[in-house]
Amino acid sequence: MWKKRIIAIFILVLGFGVSFFIYKSEPQLSGIIPNTPGSFLSKFPFKLGLDLSGGTHLVYRADVSQIKSAEISDSMSSLRDVIERRVNLFGVSEPTVQVEEGGITSVGEHRLIVDLPNVTDVQKAVVMIGQTPLLEFKTERPAGKEKDDLIKKLEEAKKLAEQGITVSSVEDPYFVQTPLTGRYLDKAILEFDQNTGEAKVGLKFNAEGAKLFEQITKDNIGKMVAIYLDGSPISTPNVREAISGGEAQISGNFTPTEAKQLVGRLNSGALPVPIELISTQTIGPSLGAKAIQDGIKAALVGLIVIAIFLILWYRLPGLLAVIALSIYICLILMLFKLIPVTLTAAGIAGFIISIGVAVDANVLIFERIKEELRTGKTIADAIKAGFSRAWFSIRDSNTSSIITAIILFWFGTSLIKGFALTFGMGVLVSMLSAIIITRLFLFSLNISKNTKFNNFLFGSGFHFTKKENNITADGHVE
Amino acid sequence: MFIIKNKKIFLLISIFLVVASVVIISLFGLKIGIDFKGGALTEVSYPDGRPEISILKDATKDLSLGEITFQPSGTNDYIVKSKDLTDPEHTTLLQALSAKGTLKIEEKNFNSIGPSVGKELKKKSMFSIFFVILAVILFIAYAFRKVSKPISSWKYGPIAIIALLHDITIPIGVMGMLGHFAGAEVDTLFVVALLTILGISVADTIVVFDRIRENLRLKISSDFHETVGRSIDQTFTRSINTSLTVIFVLLSLFFFGPESTRNFALIMTIGLFFGTYSSIFLASPLLVYAYEIQEKMQAKKGNKKNKK
Repeated sequence: MWKKRIIAIFILVLGFGVSFFIYKSEPQLSGIIPNTPGSFLSKFPFKLGLDLSGGTHLVYRADVSQIKSAEISDSMSSLRDVIERRVNLFGVSEPTVQVEEGGITSVGEHRLIVDLPNVTDVQKAVVMIGQTPLLEFKTERPAGKEKDDLIKKLEEAKKLAEQGITVSSVEDPYFVQTPLTGRYLDKAILEFDQNTGEAKVGLKFNAEGAKLFEQITKDNIGKMVAIYLDGSPISTPNVREAISGGEAQISGNFTPTEAKQLVGRLNSGALPVPIELISTQTIGPSLGAKAIQDGIKAALVGLIVIAIFLILWYRLPGLLAVIALSIYICLILMLFKLIPVTLTAAGIAGFIISIGVAVDANVLIFERIKEELRTGKTIADAIKAGFSRAWFSIRDSNTSSIITAIILFWFGTSLIKGFALTFGMGVLVSMLSAIIITRLFLFSLNISKNTKFNNFLFGSGFHFTKKENNITADGHVE
Repeated sequence: MFIIKNKKIFLLISIFLVVASVVIISLFGLKIGIDFKGGALTEVSYPDGRPEISILKDATKDLSLGEITFQPSGTNDYIVKSKDLTDPEHTTLLQALSAKGTLKIEEKNFNSIGPSVGKELKKKSMFSIFFVILAVILFIAYAFRKVSKPISSWKYGPIAIIALLHDITIPIGVMGMLGHFAGAEVDTLFVVALLTILGISVADTIVVFDRIRENLRLKISSDFHETVGRSIDQTFTRSINTSLTVIFVLLSLFFFGPESTRNFALIMTIGLFFGTYSSIFLASPLLVYAYEIQEKMQAKKGNKKNKK
């Protein structure tokens, strides 16, 4: 008995400890400024989704049509690294860059998803990412009918453009795409011409790039090779001989600053794959802040209503259930912080609903205890039987919710995942806390005598079945 | 016993609601949101008071961005819906909305979804719906795997599924109404709401059926009607109370929660309400009907045998 009481007190203290931890680790509540060096608690803030913190969510389609299918996944991950470096250069806090591989539910596109918390200026964000240079090497198009046709087309397009009619871009008549792109770049270096002092950009390819470069130069001796940056030619040197070793130079009449910038950009990564923006979402910070406030308000009101209901209807066990519920809320919030779970509006909704579902286990147990009392059992026996017999109903009624949560998590987008995770975790943790904690509290009170007062404490609201033994006194819930 | 005695009335209420929902859906249809069909939603606020819609319509009509609709929101906001926008198109739209900079605007929310993203979301939703339904059917099959008398065990499953269809048809009907009269759109959260309803309400039905089977085994009465009636009485309070606690938090979420989950909370409240209703007032009466039909058939067979 005393052992149970000690454990019960320990759990209560733990509950207070956890709630203190949650309170202290929220900078807005405790006054600890995030990133204060040495402050352990500030390392565990709630991780807020974009819809709550405000920010920009960008979805890009990667054009992998030029890439061999075996290399797609490599290119995609290097694309991710490049964009990540690019985004990090701009000092966004906690950006996430993910690649979405084609699964059974996808439409066969390769996507790059970029989340930028606190960046609400889409244009700025798009520019930030778009600034990553796309480096291409092109060779001269051989003279012939094809070239003439393309030149004609280009001229027509120019005329139309002068008249204000926009036309779709025409293929470059002078140069042809080669497989050599920024993908094969190892690094870029700033160089100066020894004679003229002109700033130049030195390129060093990786082994594969070196081979390609050698091949291209070998095939084009005496011709021009054009180096394109972001779709426009910046340098068109003449090839004098095949170049092995994988080093090249761009001399494009750069000022030293321009050359330096270009080197920086090339080193942060040339885009291995061209990308196109297909979806944008921006949430202003005011909207997110209001959603958080509303979410907390809804959770508190829901909790208070449930507490009032439980105490009025189930009296003493109800009160214990409310304490267990409060401990559950502290525990789950701590889990959200430690894992960490990214909280979104839908995730908060899932959490709030799990508060309601959490109480289900208690309701099942208390109803069963009342039934056992009606059969004439003592309170202590009724509690024991109530817990053991309610277990199967609790298991059954939570299984389907958890299954649903798992499936939603599996197939969901980030929005749905947020809901499924908090809801599923909530149902699972609450089931355990409702059973274990409430049970411990009930037993540690050691109520065994069926006195009139004890019977009142374990009675409940109204009953719908008229029974002869008047163990449960009728009460009224107002 | 009250419920079994008046089962006809409760059954009629359910039939009426389901038929009404089906009629509403076939008349009004559902408004599909940009989540699924692609498109853009721009929410702009005018701190100095919002202009008339006609002014904005004039300002945007030459943009060649297709059809643009304006929906007032809050005190000073408009929600502007259009086709999905590229970055330059987005800039042009914002410029037009500020009447070339003469009106002060603040963009609160911008969401543009390309058609391929919408297509994928649709596919993902279909997959989740399929798997949740499959899981629910398997769960029911598992819960009723033991044979019991006097009603054959396989009949519990289909009845539980009928109850589930009832539980999600009504919220869909309500969504049809909301879409028609309040412009509410079907988004991913709506699909999530329906699936969560399925998960929670199947458990409710199973709990009542479980008690019926337990009581059949204990032979609390020789009469099937009586057994079902008393089982409902025994589980009544807990069925109501477990749903009530969830409905409390859902209503709190609806009234006080974030704007973005308001429709979600409403749909879930309605679904859970009817989920509880169906487990008490629909599934069990249907079970009694199934029993009565089974009895009649057996009686006919018996008569034929006697005649021979």
